[in-house]
Order: sequence, then C-alpha cells, then structure tokens
Amino acid sequence: MESLPVLLGLAVLAPLASFFVILLLGPSLGHGGKSAAYVAIGAIVLAGLLSFISLGIWLANHWPEAPHDDHHAAASEHAGDAHEGESQNAKSAHDSHASEGVAGDSHAASHHGSTPPKVSGEYYVLAKIGDLQLSISYYIDSLTIAMFCMVTLIASCIHVYATGYMHDELHDITDHEAHTADGEHVHRPGRFHRFFQYLSLFCFSMLGLVLAGNVLMVFVFWELVGICSYFLIGFYIERKSATNAANKAFIVNRVGDFGMIIGLMAIWSSLGTFAFDELFEAVRPGPSHVLQTPDGMVYASAQDRVRDIARELGPDATPDQLETAIQERATTENWRNVGPDGKAPGYGYWLLIVAGVGIFCGCVGKSAQFPLHVWLPDAMEGPTPVSALVHSATMVAAGVYLAARFYPFFAPEVLFVIAIVGAITLFMAATIAITATDIKRVLAYSTISQLGYMMLAIGMGGWLAGVMHLVTHAFFKSLLFLCSGSVIHAVHTNEMPEMGGLIKKMPWTAYTMLIGCLAIAGAGIPFVIGLSGYYSKDAILEQGHLFMTTNPGWGAVFFWAAAGGAAITAFYMFRMWYMTFLGKPRNHHRYDHAHESPWSMVAPLVILAVFAVGVAWPIPFSSLRLSTLLEQARPAGGLNDMQGVLVNMVWPNEHDSHAASHVIPATLIAFGTALSGILLATMFYVWQPHLAGEVRQQFSPIHRFLVNKWWFDELYDWIFVKPTHVVSGVAARFDRNWIDWIVDGSAKVTRRFAYGWEWLADRVVVDGFVNVFAGWMYSLGLATRRVQRGNLREYVLFILVGALVLFVVISIFRVTYAGGS
Amino acid sequence: MVPLVAQITVSHYLVVGAVLFVTGAVCMATKRNILGVLMGVELVLNGANVNFIAFGSPFLREHHLGLDGQLIAVFVIVLAAAEAAVALAIALNFYNNHTTIDVDRAEDLKG
Repeated sequence: MESLPVLLGLAVLAPLASFFVILLLGPSLGHGGKSAAYVAIGAIVLAGLLSFISLGIWLANHWPEAPHDDHHAAASEHAGDAHEGESQNAKSAHDSHASEGVAGDSHAASHHGSTPPKVSGEYYVLAKIGDLQLSISYYIDSLTIAMFCMVTLIASCIHVYATGYMHDELHDITDHEAHTADGEHVHRPGRFHRFFQYLSLFCFSMLGLVLAGNVLMVFVFWELVGICSYFLIGFYIERKSATNAANKAFIVNRVGDFGMIIGLMAIWSSLGTFAFDELFEAVRPGPSHVLQTPDGMVYASAQDRVRDIARELGPDATPDQLETAIQERATTENWRNVGPDGKAPGYGYWLLIVAGVGIFCGCVGKSAQFPLHVWLPDAMEGPTPVSALVHSATMVAAGVYLAARFYPFFAPEVLFVIAIVGAITLFMAATIAITATDIKRVLAYSTISQLGYMMLAIGMGGWLAGVMHLVTHAFFKSLLFLCSGSVIHAVHTNEMPEMGGLIKKMPWTAYTMLIGCLAIAGAGIPFVIGLSGYYSKDAILEQGHLFMTTNPGWGAVFFWAAAGGAAITAFYMFRMWYMTFLGKPRNHHRYDHAHESPWSMVAPLVILAVFAVGVAWPIPFSSLRLSTLLEQARPAGGLNDMQGVLVNMVWPNEHDSHAASHVIPATLIAFGTALSGILLATMFYVWQPHLAGEVRQQFSPIHRFLVNKWWFDELYDWIFVKPTHVVSGVAARFDRNWIDWIVDGSAKVTRRFAYGWEWLADRVVVDGFVNVFAGWMYSLGLATRRVQRGNLREYVLFILVGALVLFVVISIFRVTYAGGS
Repeated sequence: MVPLVAQITVSHYLVVGAVLFVTGAVCMATKRNILGVLMGVELVLNGANVNFIAFGSPFLREHHLGLDGQLIAVFVIVLAAAEAAVALAIALNFYNNHTTIDVDRAEDLKG
C-alpha cells in the first residue's frame, strides 16, 4: 500500500513528461511529427499500466466484500420470498431515522460507521503559516483507483484512435471551413504533434485532479483541465466558430469557478484546511460520522456572541482562556442547533450550505449542468477524439467526481439543490437531443443528460449509483463518440440527414455503435444480466424510487424525470443510429465515398465496446465487481439517513434501495421506458419514416422550441451578452470622449511645459554655461597661439629665459622665506 | 694659493660644467644650421654630465656609496646617442623635403 502514492504519482507525471518532450522537440520528432503520437501513447499506456498495477495492489490489500443484498445477482430470490422482510426492515429503519434527524443516527452509524480504506498524505508542503498548511497531497481510495484505471484506459484507446483520425494533420492542410480576409481557404501547416501535446497535458491534469488530496489542488488541476479543454476546442483556431466555442467554454466555466472560489473561501476562512480527510473529519466526526456543522463554521458565524465573550473576559484574557470560554458557551447555549433567532438552523449551518453549494457551482460549470450547460454542445467544434476524451468521458466527469468526493460535506439542502439541478439538466438535455441533427450534438446533449443523471443520483443520496454511472457512462460514451468520429471521418459531415445506409459500408463502426446505444439505453434482461448501463441506470432509478417513497412530492418529480429521461435517451440514441446506418443513403455522393476506418480507429472501438458491455459485470465466482469496488470508497457516514433542516425531507440510506420493493418496480420501469423509447424510434425511423415529418408538423411549436435548444443561447444572449455589449459600448464612448480627452489634454500640457522648461534649463542655463566656458577657452587659445611661431632658436631662448626666471624666483624664495643658507 | 697647484675641487667641475652648458645654450640659440643646433645640444648635455660627475664625487660623501653620478652620466650619454640618431634622421628628412637645413625655414608647425 505504501507504493500506491509513488505508482500513481508516476502515472500522473508520465503524461506531463510526454507533454514537455513534445513541446520542446515538437515537429522534429521523426516522420513529420508522427513520433509525437508514439511518445504520447507510450506515456499514457505507461500511466495505464501503473494504474492497473495499483489496482492489483489495492485488491490484494482490500478485497471487496460481497454486499449485504445485491439485487442484480440475487434479485430473482428477492422477488419472491424476501419481499416482506426487506420492506419491513427498510420501513423500521426509516421510522427511527425520521425521529432522530440530524442529531443522532445510531442505527446506520453502528452498521456503517467505519471510515473507508484510504491512503492519504503529502508529497510536498508548499506553505506553512502557523497552523495553516498548503501542500501537494494525495488521497487514494478505491474511487481514485477506479478513476485512474478508467481515465488511462479510455485515454489510451483515444490516443491510438487519434493517430488514425488526425493523420491529415501530418501534412499541410487547406481548411475548407476557415477563410482568410480575402475569402481564400486557410492554408496552414499540420499540427499533429500539437494535438498530442495537448492530449498529454490534459491527461496529466485529469489524473492530477483525481489524485489530489485537498480541494485547492483539485482547483488548480480543475483550471488546468479547463485550459486544456480551451486549447482543444479551439484546435482549428482559424475557424471563427471554433474560437468562439473555446471562449464560450472558458468563460462559462469561469462563472462556475467563481462559485467554487466562494466555496473554497468559506471553507478556508472558517476551517483553515483544504485537506479532504481533515474536512471530512470536521464535518462528520467519528465514530458515528453523523453530519454536523463543524466547530470552525459555528464560531465563524457566531461572531457576535464571540465578541461579547471577549468583552466580558477583558483584554487580559489569553487566547486559551478565550477559546475555553467560547467552547463552554457554545456547548451550554447549543449554538450548533439553535440559531440567533432561537430556532434551527443553528449557527454556521448556512455557511456549510454556502460552502457546499459553492463547490457544487464549480461542478455545475465543469459538468455542464443547467444553467451552465450551454458550452458543451458548442465544444463539439473540437476534433472528435477530444469530444470523446474531454467532453464526454473524463473532464466533464470531473464535476461529478468532485461532487462524489465531497459528498460527506454536503448538507441535505445542498443535496436537494444538486438533485434539482440534475433532474432539470437530464430532462432538458434529453429533449433537446431529440431534434438535433448534428451527430456530435446529439451525443453532446446526451452527455449533458447522463451527467444530469449522475448529479441526480448523488443528490438523492445514491452515491454509489452516481459514481457507477460515472464509470460506465465514460466507457459507452467514449465509444459512441469514437464511432461518430469514424462516421464523420468517412462521410466528412456531421449532419445526419446527409447520411443513411452506412451499415453496409462500415459494419464495424455500426455494430460497435449499436452496442454503445444499447448500453446507454440500459438494455438488459431484467433481473438477469445486461450491458453496463443497465446496472448503473437501474441503480439510479432504484434510489429514485426509494426517495419517492420517503419524500412523495419531490421524490416523484425526480423519479419520473429520471424515468422519462430514460425513455427519451433510448429514443434519441436509436434515432441517431437509425438515421446514420439504416434506410436509404440520402446523399449518394457522400455514401459512395464512405469507407470503413483504418484499424487504428476500429481497434479502440472494439476494446471500448467490450468494456461498455462488461465493465459492470460480476467477475465469476468472486465478490469483485465494479459496484463492490466502488462501495469501498463510500464516504464515512454516507449510509446514514439524513433529515433536512430547512427542507422537510429525508435522504434515505442507499442500501435500502436494494430492497425488492424498490428493485422490482424500478427495474421494470427502466426496462419499459427503454423498450418504449427504442420501439418509438424504430417506428418513426424504420417502419414508418414519413411519420417523423408529420409529427414534426403537428407539434411545430414544440419542435421549434427544441430545435432552438429551449432558447437558452438566445436567453443568455439577451440577459448577459447584449447588456454587456451596451455597457461596454457606453464605457467605450466614455473612454473615447472623456478619458481620452483628459489623457490627451494632460499630454498637451506636459508637452508645453516640457518645451518651456527645455528653453529655460537646457538652452539658457546648461548651454549658456558650457558656451561661456568654451568661449573663454577659445580666446585663451587664440591668445597663447602667438607664442608658437615655429622658430627653433626662439624656443631655445624661451627655455633659457624660463630657466633663468625659475632660478631667480627660487633664489628669492629661499632667501626670503627659508632663511637662506 | 697658486691656481695651478691648488687642489681641484667640486667647484672647479661645476664651473667647467656651467661653461659647457652656456656655450651649448648659446650655440643652440644662435646657430641656424640644424647640425650646429645639435652640437649645442650635445654641449648642454655634456655640461650637465660634468655636473653629475662632480656631484658624484666621493668628497661630497661621508661614506663612499658608489657610482650614482657616474651611472646617470652613462645613461645621459646613451640617451644623447639615441637622441642624436633621431635628430639626424629628422634633419635628413627635413633636407629631403626642403633642400635646406636652416632651422628658421622650418615653419610648417607654426600655430
């Protein structure tokens, strides 16, 4: 276990080394930069090997235990006999928790009170100010290792794929989508090595983010990931749309990061630490690990009381005395639970909410959640491998990862916010995806929607469901994106109405993509086996069902949003697949030129398809599977029921969702919705193709609403961009008219003054002095030149006379003053 | 005191040196021939040399410290030889350019 930080640290640094090698050697790496790809692939494969070795070490030390009741393995039994016992158990647990609320949760705590196995520590201390400490640290648990394996595996596949996809960049390129000022197509040298340079930097940032042991480090890598995303979206920098999309992604992410900074400040100013384990210990102190407002936050927000105590004690009190007095008073007056107006919430609870929501704001920006989702569809301007790696599988998952990592820190109210945002996002994005015609945009909205699922799961207390969906989604979404890239590579367009019938031309791509579509729809035989999406999506729906039973109002909204979203997901994924691969070719020119992609692109598709099918499968004859591995990382106290203080809701224990009373309806609903979505898509696009047009006409207002993406871009344009333009116009005019006038005027005054001063100081004083002195010297020279007549004998005479005069003078001097001798 | 048998003192040397010096100086000041001027220079230098020899006399010292005056005189002779060489070279060039060695005709450097 001691070797884990070293191994994973090396795994983080390998892509960084590759980045620097390509940065410094760049195009001179053999074959016109082609070796840059080998360097990058070598680095990421090395990182992948180190990650899997780490996984092996982890498993050797912490073999996952079999769960108490895993529904998918044993659901058929539950369906019959275990039904009553399970539901009764869940009910009694629920009752006792509702009465105890936040303060006490002994039941769940006694069962699940242990802290998750982890390795945490510091690589290097950056700064130490008194008790405060900033450091480069690591926090390794099974979630970290799973993320490492997932990121490096997908990244390796995508690196290989990109060598095929980007091979155009090896030579000079004429970009048909970019124009110079005089209307010509842009002609530019290829940037093959640059692409892999950015990919390496991205992998470094993403792995660093996952390994980070404190929030500040997460934030640093967070920004690094953001800048890589900016570089890669704007890879075709000559295209106006690409630079706009890159700017949009960067600026929208800044909005989220602003909230994150607020959260960080709330944490730092009240708790004085960024380290994960210290934060979690402060919020959920052992051994019960029940969420409580940490002391630092209580004292920070009870400033008035603290000031009063300081006044009572007088100026002579030592800090220790003061602290003891504050602690005493806090305990007797119960600051934690009784607020300034004598009611709950207590002091500091709002600060905890602000910190949690602030951190979540960062996740909203990075994971493209409503209302900051607008950047992700535009980010499809980047090359497709980037879309697959950065904007579907890993970077956008960073937001979910952070939400999962920070789960113990979130108060119920924050979870409520997360669930609402997730529900809105998943539903909204799914509806937009129905009408999108750009194959990558369908996938982009699908990504947003699936990220919404993860957020919703986490917000409903389904930590494991959300994290599992994070991993499974990464596999099938990167697969789907790479397939779409393969299609685009073949037909040179993103528009699905230009495609059709491609299954004959590119069978490998078509069938791997079908696997991806089935996985994302959650296809499977209920209660027996399914593709990876089947496990994670059903887990989310089970948690939703459980949440609905404990909180009928909001729970119903969340559950039906998720179920409806599942149907829409299946519909639009199969709509995409049918439009692309089935039917008659709609553009014969493009169809004739289409061809199956080279092996370097097909091989990653096959590998990813295998993982998309089986990543969540149980390993035969063992208790190891994705869910049990991730279960080890469940935060301490993550299984406690939680009672909201400001909202009257209960967040149920996730293990209760495995009861048959939730598993059976959730699984059936998931199966039904997915099946109905697929059937609907088949009807519209295979059996009765004319129906789609008719429905579109019938519901033209809704269709327009969806085609215009709920008018979010226009709305933001109206609310933010236009007013900003107006304000900046006014500011520019103010600049030109007033500021410039002042600056120009002062410059003029300065010039005048300089002229005057130059005349006085330089011309009169300095020049005058120099000139007068020179004049003296000149006339002196004129006077003495007469002596130099060039007559040798005269000079001799001067010498003699001079010698004589010296003799006389010295003699007189000696006689007069020195007294002679 | 009979002059012819009186002991020769330092003063006698000095008188000879002074005579030589004055003769040389007058020669330098009056001769228009550059060679005459050079001869005057030699006389002046040798007048000075006689003085050095005189002051180097052991009679002026309590301890016979050595040959300081004589050494300086030797240096002066060497320098005079060098100087004479340079001066004669100038004189020759002057003659080549002006077909005369009259120093009064040498006015090219007049200020």
